[in-house]
Amino acid sequence: MFKIIKKKVLVPNIYLMDVEAPRVASTAMPGQFVIVKTDEKGERVPLTICDYDRERGTVTIVFQAVGYSTIEMAKYEEGQYFQDFVGPLGKPSEFLNEDIQELKNKKVLFISGGVGAAPVYPQVKWFHDNGMKSDVIMGVRTKELLILEDEMRAVADNVYVTTDDGSYGTKGLVTEKFKELVENQGKKYDYVVAIGPIIMMKYAALTTKPYGIKTIVSMNPLMVDGTGMCGACRVTIGNETKFACVDGPEFDGHLVDFDEAMRRQAMYKTEEGREKLKMEEPNQDKHHHHHGGCGCCGGEE
Amino acid sequence: MDRMKKVPVKEQDPKVRAKNFNEVCLGYTEEEAVIEASRCLNCKNPLCVKGCPVSIDIPLFIQHVKNREFEKAAKVIAKYSSLPSVCGRVCPQETQCEGKCVLGIKGEPVSIGKLERFVGDWSRENNINLTDTEPKKNKKVAVIGSGPAGLTCAGDLAKKGYDVTIFEALHETGGVLVYGIPEFRLPKDKVVKSEIENIKKLGVKIETNVIVGRTAKIDKLIKEEHYEAIFIGSGAGLPKFMGIPGENLNGVFAANEFLTRVNLMKAYRTDYATPVKIGKKVAVVGGGNVAMDAARTALRLGAEAHIVYRRSEEELPARVEEVHHAKEEGVNFDLLTNPVEILSDENGWVKGMKCIRMELGQPDKSGRRRPIPMEGSEFIIDVDMVIMSLGTSPNPLIPSTTEGLDINKWKCIVVDEETCKTSKEKVYAGGDAVTGAATVILAMEAGKKAAKAIHEHLLKK
Repeated sequence: MFKIIKKKVLVPNIYLMDVEAPRVASTAMPGQFVIVKTDEKGERVPLTICDYDRERGTVTIVFQAVGYSTIEMAKYEEGQYFQDFVGPLGKPSEFLNEDIQELKNKKVLFISGGVGAAPVYPQVKWFHDNGMKSDVIMGVRTKELLILEDEMRAVADNVYVTTDDGSYGTKGLVTEKFKELVENQGKKYDYVVAIGPIIMMKYAALTTKPYGIKTIVSMNPLMVDGTGMCGACRVTIGNETKFACVDGPEFDGHLVDFDEAMRRQAMYKTEEGREKLKMEEPNQDKHHHHHGGCGCCGGEE
Repeated sequence: MDRMKKVPVKEQDPKVRAKNFNEVCLGYTEEEAVIEASRCLNCKNPLCVKGCPVSIDIPLFIQHVKNREFEKAAKVIAKYSSLPSVCGRVCPQETQCEGKCVLGIKGEPVSIGKLERFVGDWSRENNINLTDTEPKKNKKVAVIGSGPAGLTCAGDLAKKGYDVTIFEALHETGGVLVYGIPEFRLPKDKVVKSEIENIKKLGVKIETNVIVGRTAKIDKLIKEEHYEAIFIGSGAGLPKFMGIPGENLNGVFAANEFLTRVNLMKAYRTDYATPVKIGKKVAVVGGGNVAMDAARTALRLGAEAHIVYRRSEEELPARVEEVHHAKEEGVNFDLLTNPVEILSDENGWVKGMKCIRMELGQPDKSGRRRPIPMEGSEFIIDVDMVIMSLGTSPNPLIPSTTEGLDINKWKCIVVDEETCKTSKEKVYAGGDAVTGAATVILAMEAGKKAAKAIHEHLLKK
């Protein structure tokens, strides 16, 4: 059993939780994820690790209550326990394998969409902790959905916020902001990491491609075990089938088959005959999200 | 009683059971078990024991059953195996103990499996204590994976007085016994859980949700957590795909995913949150036990189920009993048929599978006749779901995160056959992680061997 040490509502429907899981906290790295199962009858929900505290033995997760399982998770309070909390899963971010001196010569830009700010945060923080600065574009639909802005500003060089409706920061999409920075402000980037809804990652990758900037995305397909034994999470990367849970979740965004990934994410959307899902998951028809939800997806359709 | 014939075992009616997840085989009653046991010739040189990978003293336990000394029978089996109710159900006895029984030469062999199952079930129902252990040795051993290999190794070492901890990646213990083999062949709560409880009663600790290689590494377990020996029984859980066009369409699943959703996550029950997709017409590609399990599960969820297999019925790797049960329940067999492409509808869903007819050529290295495609014989099967059941290979996670652990070209861990010792000091391995996908009982045999070798090694220290 895994105790919830802290629960905070970041913005309506988006929750942050610190969960006591010493083994996970001791080995977690940026880019990895956990799987949470609330109770006996719950399903296994993949969530990207937002932060970890090795001393306290806690792992921070951020999730949006969008489907049956994440709505259930949101009902848990401080002091209560999740039955299962397993991780860290997947490979750590690619830059962790790189030589820090070489990395210091590179200009890195992070792009987050919606709740994608949660998995982006530990990476930006890692750069900061290792004496490097990076820029961040944070995109949300509207001001009320912006999370972790202060935290991000504390560890990033520049933070640019965009909102679809112009209620805060620059009006427009993250891709427009990227173009503006590169075309008008003379910014040069060697490396882009984009995490958010799949549609955002697709367009981010399409936008960076003509500039020849290496772009990493974090895939969030359907998952069951998260350990490589079922293949539910398979994605096509440069004509090869990969399992996102063991080979990823981060991949070269210029090689990902995003259309296939979007199609596969929607696999259970039209599921019939599951009364519970139909009754208790009113959002599922309009939501782009895979069943159960992974924190990567943002407040975006 | 006809000495040459087995006492038949009662089964659920095929028409009824094709719609439920209750166990197909109902097992022997006391009376039936006693009569069946009396068929045993109690051979002086029993060949059946040689056929059993864990060498259970079969004639002795059967004599106890014959004399209605069921508790004594249970204690005889417990010396060799902690999983009699499991093995009695899932072992391929026809090629093991029963395959060697002398009665089988002229008639039908003794139903050793059904008798073992009877004894296991009886001792559970009567709460027989099978937890004799030697005094504590105060030495720690870690077992990675809680499948049949790990459970056996842990049980044997606990009986010898070792302080054993099992690390399991999933939230439930049992490995393939809980995620793979369906409820209608192996009831989870009644049989698997209670046999695992017995192993816990020996003092074995179990930590679920620990993925060795990620949550903790082997070297850390040795250096920081002071385990004096480690047994890797992590299995072969990585599914294979065919590499044909259309395999990533919606509606194409690996058998592991389909069975995990249904068995482990209980997706067939509406009070559990995990969903499962089921088509109207489902093709299961492959001919092993897993393929039979997937087809019979799909059938129970309301689909028309087809086994698509490239060889003929004679070469089906599945147990004869399972093929027989599948047929009785209405699974269709499309033999000498091999998929070449999965076809998509306008939404990216499976709408059909293009197959080619096969004919059998000369035997290949495995001794089975090699299937050869018949040119120009392509045809389309209308299906809306495909389950790939082509076998599995070991997950590379542990070897790739453990320095000095050698693997072969099939990604299997290399061990010394007699001791299960790997290339890395203090580390042993067995079961599917070493052999590739095989049987429950062979995994148990490896767990047993490793336990013996670990014990002998630690005694010397």
